[in-house]
Amino acid sequence: MTEGSVILEIKKLEKSFGGLKAVDRCSIEVKEGSITGLMGPNGAGKTTLFNLITGFYKSDKGEIWFHEEEITGLPVHKVVRKGIGRTFQIPRELREMTVLENLMLVPDNQKGEYIWNSLFRSRSVRAQERYIQDKALDVLEFLELIDLREEYAKNLSSGQKKLLELAKSLMAEPKLILLDEPGAGINPTLMKKLNRNIEQLRERGKTFFLIEHDMDLITYLCDTVIVMDRGRELVQGTPEEIKKDERVIEAYLGRA
Amino acid sequence: MEFFVGILNYLVFFAITAGIYAILSLGLNIQWGYTGLFNIGIAGFFAVGAYTSALLCGPPPGPMDWRIIGGFQLPFVVGLLGAAAACGIIALLIGIPVLRLKEDYLAIATLGIAEVIRLILKNESWLTNSVWGLKHIPSPWQVPIQGKIFAFLKTHPLLPAWLQSFISNGYNWFFLALVLLTLGLIYWVSEKSIRSPWGRVLRAIREDEVVAGASGKNVFFFKMQSLVIGAMIMGIAGGFYAHYVKFIDANTFEPLYGTFLIWVMLIAGGSGNSKGAILGSFVIWGVWAGTDLITAYLALSGVRAASLRIIAIGIMLEVILLKRPQGMLGEEKRVSKMF
Ligand SMILES: Nc1ncnc2c1ncn2[C@@H]1O[C@H](COP(=O)(O)OP(=O)(O)O)[C@@H](O)[C@H]1O
Ligand SMILES: [Mg+2]
Repeated sequence: MTEGSVILEIKKLEKSFGGLKAVDRCSIEVKEGSITGLMGPNGAGKTTLFNLITGFYKSDKGEIWFHEEEITGLPVHKVVRKGIGRTFQIPRELREMTVLENLMLVPDNQKGEYIWNSLFRSRSVRAQERYIQDKALDVLEFLELIDLREEYAKNLSSGQKKLLELAKSLMAEPKLILLDEPGAGINPTLMKKLNRNIEQLRERGKTFFLIEHDMDLITYLCDTVIVMDRGRELVQGTPEEIKKDERVIEAYLGRA
Repeated sequence: MEFFVGILNYLVFFAITAGIYAILSLGLNIQWGYTGLFNIGIAGFFAVGAYTSALLCGPPPGPMDWRIIGGFQLPFVVGLLGAAAACGIIALLIGIPVLRLKEDYLAIATLGIAEVIRLILKNESWLTNSVWGLKHIPSPWQVPIQGKIFAFLKTHPLLPAWLQSFISNGYNWFFLALVLLTLGLIYWVSEKSIRSPWGRVLRAIREDEVVAGASGKNVFFFKMQSLVIGAMIMGIAGGFYAHYVKFIDANTFEPLYGTFLIWVMLIAGGSGNSKGAILGSFVIWGVWAGTDLITAYLALSGVRAASLRIIAIGIMLEVILLKRPQGMLGEEKRVSKMF
């Protein structure tokens, strides 16, 4: 895993909804340890691409490779296990469960998920629960959500729900985190906090692939930006290069 | 004193029935309260449990019977295990095609299966004796216990009438103890499991199964476990019922008694809370039995009485849902509690 090796590679991926090609022979690479931005006009297929990577949709054609292993067509829970976390564009919190429970759900392969163990081997299940709870409290501390741990997730503000999404994805200890418009609809203070969190996590070795519209944010955070249009990658480069690229301007204006 | 004993005897009878309903409610609570599985065919599982246990433990067909099968005279416990197994297998068979689909399909499938089961009970006389039902289902250990009680009463003829009445009801106390013991055991299982990581996954599925899947949980497998375990519990309740009333036929398991009332009990008591499920069962069965006394007092005809009682229950449900949508005891805030 040398610095700069490819963590995620998408090859000629295709997905249609009826007659509409939402993703059309799209090829993309994401470098390990990078914060890679994904831009593109509305309807370009960004969210669909995320859904394909994470197994929520099945692709019609093409391949997805993660860490030099093909993951095309794997079901959602197997993709998670490979080390890809995601947040949803619209937060999907478990409403009638506490923030802490939302996080404690996430870790994979919990002994207590087998009912037999929970009923008759509660000692070892309890030990693991304690470990998972400590981990969840750490994540909440890190994201400064700790005071909300016993609150119902439905009672969080929309900004806090976005942080909760990030917290949940961290619980799975992913190597690659896909963020779908993390900045949309949250206030500047919370946004700064989110940026700080993303940077700190990158320093801890995580890779980010994030959909974002805000150019300032992209410039601030991302090393690389990929622009999609009509289901396909259009340009790839540094934020500075992207800002100047005429094809990008055209893609945005052409649809406006 | 005699009046008091009469009431006490009635209360024992009442508690047995309510306790059996409480077992059914705990089964539904696992499916709906924990997991959000919409089973509206409870009556089907109730019936399969009752018939299975009756056929395993009951006497062979008599000369007037149509059925040609069953009556293995096995012990009561075997009957209950068989009832649970039969219901579990049916739940599995329903779940395999349906649990991967949208949730509405489960409702349709359970309703459909319950109806199919009712038709089988009515028509497949070789197995179910059709409308003549199954008779002489033995109550567990009734013969020895009743025998001892009668022998005792015979040797003590001078006891006051109220005491004789109390003692002769002894077997029902024994049966009540069996029901409550089983209820307690099932309560323990469902409490312990809902507070565990296993239960946390079920509740996550109830809230949003996409999220549960995104967290790496095998949603289908967990839903299947919930459906099957809930159905097995319902089967056990059916077994108890058959061995208590001793005679069952297809009409015993109409949707009103077998499904609707149990939903009311769970929702009134507090969906997602095992204590609520039990409390709701006793309270609603109390209201149900109470309205029976009232309509009997008013000397209403059967059909009118029945519809009035359903209206009364409906109104009560309405009031609870408006005033206290979470039920008498709602779900606790922090459910995951292993330590
Ligand atoms: N589940 C779906 N069914 C039908 N059409 C869809 C579905 N998801 C996305 N689309 C369509 O695919 C196109 C790309 O959508 P999306 O990936 O959400 O775009 P973006 O996230 O880039 O704004 C849009 O035209 C959208 O309407
Ligand atoms: Mg989108």
